[in-house]
Amino acid sequence: MTRTKLLAITAAALIALTACGDDGGDDASADGGDAGTSTDQGFTPPDLKALDKLGEPEGEVNIVAWAGYVEDGSTDPAVDWVTPFEEETGCQVNVKTAPTSDDMVNLMKTGQYDVVSASGDASLRLIASGDVEPVNTDLVPNYADVFEALKMKPWNSVDGVAYGIPHGRGANLLMYNTEVVSPAPDSWSAVFDDASANSGKVTAYDSPIYIADAAVYLMATQPDLGIENPYALDDEQFQAAVDLLKEQNAHIGEYWSDYTKEIQAFKNGDSVVGTTWQIIVNLAQADKAKVDAVLPKEGATGWSDTWMVATKSEHKTCAYKWMDHIISPTANAQVAEWFGEAPSNSKSCAETADAKHCETFHADDEAYFDQVWYWTTPISQCLDGRTDVQCKDYGDWTTAWQEIKG
Amino acid sequence: MSQRDTRQPSPARRLSGVLHRHPVLRLTLLLAAPMLVLVVIYLGALAVLLVSAFWTTDDFTGEIVHEATFDNFRSIVTTEVYRTVTLRSIGVAAVVTLICAVVAFPMALFMAKVASPRSRRVLVVLLLTPLWASYLVKAYAWRAMLAGEGVVNWALAPFGLAGPGFGLTATVIVLTYLWLPFMVLPVYAGLERLPDTMLEASSDLGAKAGRTIRSVVVPLAFPAVVAGAIFTFSLSLGDYIAVQIVGGKSQLIGNLIQGNAGAANNLPLAAALAAVPILIMVVFLLGVRRTGALDNL
Repeated sequence: MTRTKLLAITAAALIALTACGDDGGDDASADGGDAGTSTDQGFTPPDLKALDKLGEPEGEVNIVAWAGYVEDGSTDPAVDWVTPFEEETGCQVNVKTAPTSDDMVNLMKTGQYDVVSASGDASLRLIASGDVEPVNTDLVPNYADVFEALKMKPWNSVDGVAYGIPHGRGANLLMYNTEVVSPAPDSWSAVFDDASANSGKVTAYDSPIYIADAAVYLMATQPDLGIENPYALDDEQFQAAVDLLKEQNAHIGEYWSDYTKEIQAFKNGDSVVGTTWQIIVNLAQADKAKVDAVLPKEGATGWSDTWMVATKSEHKTCAYKWMDHIISPTANAQVAEWFGEAPSNSKSCAETADAKHCETFHADDEAYFDQVWYWTTPISQCLDGRTDVQCKDYGDWTTAWQEIKG
Repeated sequence: MSQRDTRQPSPARRLSGVLHRHPVLRLTLLLAAPMLVLVVIYLGALAVLLVSAFWTTDDFTGEIVHEATFDNFRSIVTTEVYRTVTLRSIGVAAVVTLICAVVAFPMALFMAKVASPRSRRVLVVLLLTPLWASYLVKAYAWRAMLAGEGVVNWALAPFGLAGPGFGLTATVIVLTYLWLPFMVLPVYAGLERLPDTMLEASSDLGAKAGRTIRSVVVPLAFPAVVAGAIFTFSLSLGDYIAVQIVGGKSQLIGNLIQGNAGAANNLPLAAALAAVPILIMVVFLLGVRRTGALDNL
């Protein structure tokens, strides 16, 4: 028995040692990510080079994407922009959908994926950790037609180096059951101060980033707090948002991150009001759920997504071909209509089945998107430019989120 | 005979000769593979897990910082949410175990002592059929049944009642349903070993059915119930999927671990949290050993 124990301990110690050794090596290369503070974003990315030129397509590409971004006809036979790509390039597309940005970051860390549709709360973390590399926009011909307002933004570039190709953008909406919630809500108060009206049937997005939704609401309802940016919250502002969410928790039926779960919950009447994405509204309505959605008057959080290439990818030519394909006018128009977002390619507005799609989703309406706070990773250096206080970073947000759920 | 002695033995024979003469070598070869699996893959992984609990992560990039610190354990002890959730998880696991035991005992007793040998086999098969279906299928089926417009509410509506909806009650129901076979089987096996003569002796001494069950069957079947409880308790304690599907907004310790490992990418904190159920199970098993139930297994 003692001999067995000794063996076990020795083996475990050996394994621990080798594990340390391996990780240590990785760290050295990534350490540069958080060492300096030379950029506006508060970090220096590892020194990586973009691809010079495309080679022969490698035969496959592994994609991490939001649900609805990579459709091959299996959800709806009419919705398919993957098959033409596969036929044209010979790159077999394997897709892994992720429910939250945190999942995307984790999936990309596995090194098994080539390209990712990262929102702003994932993109900078991926850049800083060296999981994605700069993108050579010259190798993406369709990049020329992307709206200028989306190019070289803080969430897709660092120090004038492009790290990704803009995909599209939109706002998180307030979905409600048209039979139960009447009159139709026009404010986030339906899920905060007036949530008691539908107690037990309110839903919210299950991710720390949802704290920003509370902050957006507080910006409008409690101007005294002085919130300038819902992702830059000091102690007092953060506490106010957390308190609001703790009050909301009493009325929550369930949190959602799996979009099929939200569709089901609204269809069965288990949820009647809560935050959502346009694609969920579309799918729920197609599923005969009596729901509608609105962009509340306080503004909303939202996303501006970026296609990025993994540093360790072994299928970079296919990855670039995919990025060029997905923002080509036709495919970009199809995704934008299917997902319910504003496309990134200015020429795709002419390709949408609904001629008014770009107008409905405010594709080039910067005044509209000024109301939308794109998901961004909170860091201790306040993103709104304040230097006299420390802001809560994403680690604090994560801990707080678990406390809110109780 | 002498001719055979001078001939060289075949390699296989020589090998078996060597093994015959060296019992230690024989044992080593026999146990090498299982020990490799147990020590390296199982215990080794567990050790790495516990070691990593002393590290931290960089909040922004998610890279692991290899500096030993007790921060993770400190935050687990001092943060209220971890205490609440740990207690809630123990509570759910205990209630599930209790309900499973209460439901399983009569079932097992009937199968072992009342049913005919032929129907006994059919009953065992019936009991096992739910295990053929996927865990997720069963959990989602319960989600559909317990939903607002689901069959549970529909069936209770005529009596003016409503189902529990999604929440801890629903979680307990689903976990009980999922783990019940793991309780019935050991109890059934335990009761089957109980000689009928004992029951006859008890009745010869004048005991009625209730007294026989209380004084003879239950004490003798107790180790089997404890064996089942180890399954149901540990399975419930570690579960995080059922509660996500039917638990509404509630979270158990598995969800916190998953949240830290999956969403927050804080593997060290997740590892520290994973030590909590391990600790609970160790305490539970030590408690079980004190009852002497393990000796009878």
